[in-house]
Amino acid sequence: MQINNKEYSEIVELRSVKSPKTRDFVLSFVIGGLICVVGELLLKIFERLNISPDIIAMLVPSTLIFISAVLTGLKLYEKIAKYAGAGTLVPITGFANAVVSPAIEFKNEGHVLGIGAKIFTIAGPVILFGTVSSVIYGIVYYIIKVGL
Amino acid sequence: MSKNINNTIILRNKPSVIGYASVVGKHEKEGPIGDEFDCFDKDPRFGEDSFEKAESRMQKIAVETALKKANINETDIDLVFAGDLLNQCIGSTFGIRNMQIPFIGVYGACSTMALSLGLAAIFVDSGLSEKTVAVTSSHFCSAERQYRFPLEYGAIRPQTAQRTVTGAGATVIGTEANRPFINSVTFGKIVDLGVKDSNNMGAAMAPSAAETIKDFFNNTDTVAEDYDIIYTGDLGYIGTNILYDLLLKENIDIRCRHNDCGLKIYDRNRQDVHSGGSGCGCSATVLNSYIMHRLEDKTLKNILFISTGALLSPTSVLQGESIPGISHLINIKCN
Repeated sequence: MQINNKEYSEIVELRSVKSPKTRDFVLSFVIGGLICVVGELLLKIFERLNISPDIIAMLVPSTLIFISAVLTGLKLYEKIAKYAGAGTLVPITGFANAVVSPAIEFKNEGHVLGIGAKIFTIAGPVILFGTVSSVIYGIVYYIIKVGL
Repeated sequence: MSKNINNTIILRNKPSVIGYASVVGKHEKEGPIGDEFDCFDKDPRFGEDSFEKAESRMQKIAVETALKKANINETDIDLVFAGDLLNQCIGSTFGIRNMQIPFIGVYGACSTMALSLGLAAIFVDSGLSEKTVAVTSSHFCSAERQYRFPLEYGAIRPQTAQRTVTGAGATVIGTEANRPFINSVTFGKIVDLGVKDSNNMGAAMAPSAAETIKDFFNNTDTVAEDYDIIYTGDLGYIGTNILYDLLLKENIDIRCRHNDCGLKIYDRNRQDVHSGGSGCGCSATVLNSYIMHRLEDKTLKNILFISTGALLSPTSVLQGESIPGISHLINIKCN
């Protein structure tokens, strides 16, 4: 082939069909927003039931996680996510989906070395770097507070 | 005497296709050529408890059906060449393990159908074997979990992505006259033009397809118009357009004769497959159904079949390697 990598990457760029970004942005905004509305509704319902705010702060996310896990198991979450993209990825429901889906997928490899070892393959980095950044935040916060 | 012109091997003894079969899943059955396939199962597990076992089962059914259609038994086969996309080729080994046939496992990623068929034909042509089988498979679900994310994980696939075909195809090669025969085999070189996007396999494979096609036309002194149709394996919509661009730069125009198995097996407008079908099973099932039917009824008499493969692994992608492509070409004729 009389063509170098750079020339070829230009052809590839020209021929590759682009993702419909505007549609993707709008859908992810709307569906992500709807998930947050569900969270707000849950909050209001729990408030009506006279549950204490501390418990509600835990109850709302866990209810969303539960719904997301069930939808993942029913293969419905992936269908919504196909349109919603980041709209279903960013809320806490996306995190639940990232944990439950490998758990379902790797059941065939056994409970310990399948589910046990693979359950955090997608969410693992989030947990690791989330923990690391919270430690760094804590140190910075401590220095500033002591310093002041 | 058969001879080698550069990388094209001309087979003088006309090893022929004496049987063939295709097995597919639900999505492929619902595609535009769904009626052409021999067997299908709407259950993606094919009655097994894992997708890997399902893939092995498809290979077994494909071989058994092809042997049945050829009216021969397992014991009549001297060699089977088999391959798939799974680690250590377990789709093939577990599919063939209970058959009493000497086994050669081959790996050429999605180019494996042309690779195994070429080898099977050469062994019969040389007289070393009397009857051989070439079989390959892929499975959407087993490929997804090996190369990408769990099936239930929610994500948007880019428009350049392709859908791995759930299917297996088998071809039985023998020496019967008046059957479609393998006229020549061109084993391709590995070509890598630096594509790193594993969601754009068509772009990674197109240069190798262009290279093999160019080599073949040079070696045989023929042009696209000399053939009834030219089928590439799984370049999809994007890879196909890139292939045209690359060949036009070399003053080769195949557009009037070309089609792609990845575009044939699904309807891109109706089925959610983005750039088209891919996987070993893509070219294997289209060859062993739609194309073979037309060679048998002589609607097609002289065709080129080019399976295209992307030689990547999940490890090489994570280590930032580009994706090497490989394409093998088979010229099938009938009298």
